Amino acid sequence: MTDTLTKNTMLEVRNIKRDYELPGGLFKPKKTIHAVKGVSFSLERGKTLAIVGESGCGKSTLARMLTFIDEPTSGELYIDGDKIDTRPGHLTSEMRQKVQIVFQNPYGSLNPRQKIGDVLGEPLAINTGMSAAERRDRATEMLVKVGLGPEHYNRYPHMFSGGQRQRIAIARALMLNPKLLVLDEPVSALDLSVQAQVLNLLADLQDEFGLTYVFISHDLSVVRYIADEVMVMYFGEAVEYGTRDEVFSDPKHEYTRTLFKATPRADVESIRERIAKKKTASAA
Amino acid sequence: MALLQIDNLTVEFETANGWFRAVDGVSISVDKGEVLAIVGESGSGKSVAMLAVMGLLPWTAKITADRMLFEGRDIQNIDPAERRKLIGKDIAMIFQEPIASLNPCFTVGFQIEEVLRIHLGLGKKERRARAIELFKLVGLPNPDERLSHFPHQMSGGQCQRVMIAIAIACNPKLLIADEPTTALDVTIQKQILDLLISLQAKTGMGLIMITHDMGVVAETADRVVVQYKGRKMEEADVLSLFENPKSNYTKALLAALPENATGDRLTTVSAFFDGTPEPAEAR
Ligand SMILES: Nc1ncnc2c1ncn2[C@@H]1O[C@H](COP(=O)(O)OP(=O)(O)OP(=O)(O)O)[C@@H](O)[C@H]1O
Ligand SMILES: Nc1ncnc2c1ncn2[C@@H]1O[C@H](COP(=O)(O)OP(=O)(O)OP(=O)(O)O)[C@@H](O)[C@H]1O
Ligand SMILES: [Mg+2]
Ligand SMILES: [Mg+2]
Repeated sequence: MTDTLTKNTMLEVRNIKRDYELPGGLFKPKKTIHAVKGVSFSLERGKTLAIVGESGCGKSTLARMLTFIDEPTSGELYIDGDKIDTRPGHLTSEMRQKVQIVFQNPYGSLNPRQKIGDVLGEPLAINTGMSAAERRDRATEMLVKVGLGPEHYNRYPHMFSGGQRQRIAIARALMLNPKLLVLDEPVSALDLSVQAQVLNLLADLQDEFGLTYVFISHDLSVVRYIADEVMVMYFGEAVEYGTRDEVFSDPKHEYTRTLFKATPRADVESIRERIAKKKTASAA
Repeated sequence: MALLQIDNLTVEFETANGWFRAVDGVSISVDKGEVLAIVGESGSGKSVAMLAVMGLLPWTAKITADRMLFEGRDIQNIDPAERRKLIGKDIAMIFQEPIASLNPCFTVGFQIEEVLRIHLGLGKKERRARAIELFKLVGLPNPDERLSHFPHQMSGGQCQRVMIAIAIACNPKLLIADEPTTALDVTIQKQILDLLISLQAKTGMGLIMITHDMGVVAETADRVVVQYKGRKMEEADVLSLFENPKSNYTKALLAALPENATGDRLTTVSAFFDGTPEPAEAR
């Protein structure tokens, strides 16, 4: 890695790896899965890196390493100029506030017994000296920002639809004013309108506070819209990495091209074609 | 006779601010061999309506309908033992949040084999063979090894494919797929959609596809229902919906597609649509 950190680098990752050990059984040997096989990149403050890739190629594993939830097997991580000591227990609380994650499955990451207002207020209670009334105001404000309302404050997670829970997860991650936000499929559960609303909110926050995003998504039209840089992962490796325009206009790797080709088409001509095909098939 | 026919379904939940109507007089029907897509606002009652069909809503929900028929048979007042025989076998559902719908305490192999044991009475060897075959169909790598994995050892999309495998395990007559491909990249999404469509062509399965992805709608649906705030806004065959959307809400939805972005912000529905529900079109 020849890259040197500049003042503008928010995140730099050098040859990061993560293995999982699967315990063996009586007749089965232990097995190691190389989920992330040495990924490097660097991202400037206020920019968005989108990560796409095949299901199971290690995107969420990478996201968990960037947010200190999983310890890398090897490799280095620099955030906001600091080299991160990724060993458990060595993280400063300042760093913990600076970096937040929105998980891929919102339901699993919400405590079913906790009211939504408390879900949002909790990070403030733990990390700041805010009064209960202040926390309540901030939480209510955030609910409105993500397209929910004050009436949702006292409800429990199971009372929400999938897309509403996703917005709660985004709201929670924003409560501490993070500088780096890692979003794992944040809009895949949202309808187009709420998706637009959330993407606009993310863009506003980026303009206003210079937030940096790592944005994992399967939706190439969203990636194209939101990303400054794009990384394509395949079996634990970054097989393609460049600016959005480079990747979309001139994909180098075979998998990237396959990906573009598989994108569903919503134009009237394609629909007509498909229906005609279906008719002949059922007539045969 | 429709495979599934729901007339005037209403679902209400009791909340701190009184009764909340999640589904408001919705009528839906699907024929054998048909693909019906349901799209619409988040929170508009798509999942709740389908969970009502499955009988899986919590007891706090108040459900009323003029009719809820599956193959002409009343499934609203069905005896619980009869329902258990039907659900998971003839009517199967791919749930919206795959990781949350799998049991974290059991291996995925056990979970799919249980379904095969309970509904089809398969023996141990046959179950395992069929489970491997199903995992292969949904494109899970190393299917035989996967059987011994727990959900937390798999990626989001892998869990979603396990759910899909479980749902199609007994060749259901009606498959309700609630956002079945949200966690999948487009190549595997394509493989799954092709799989569902070919199953459907082969067995005449009816398919209800709930999705936010207009590309998925365009590539699979025969007919489309658009929901907003618990109500049906529009119902049309797929071509008419894209070519000539009738309700303002549908128009607004299509305008919110990222590929239709103008300027540096996306169009939201409220920019287009004042939120007054128009009366649903009679079918
Ligand atoms: N705790 C674990 N133990 C063992 N293997 C794991 C564990 N977590 C993930 N894996 C494996 O590591 C690989 C990468 O998983 P990861 O969740 O990072 O994929 P992903 O790219 O996020 O996929 P998706 O798009 O489906 O969410 C997968 O093959 C998965 O089975
Ligand atoms: N147990 C419950 N108690 C109270 N309200 C509920 C409950 N379950 C669902 N709701 C409410 O019912 C409405 C419809 O929810 P539903 O899950 O059907 O939405 P959806 O159309 O599937 O949305 P999404 O696209 O986000 O999944 C939502 O406003 C939700 O908050
Ligand atoms: Mg993932
Ligand atoms: Mg839903």
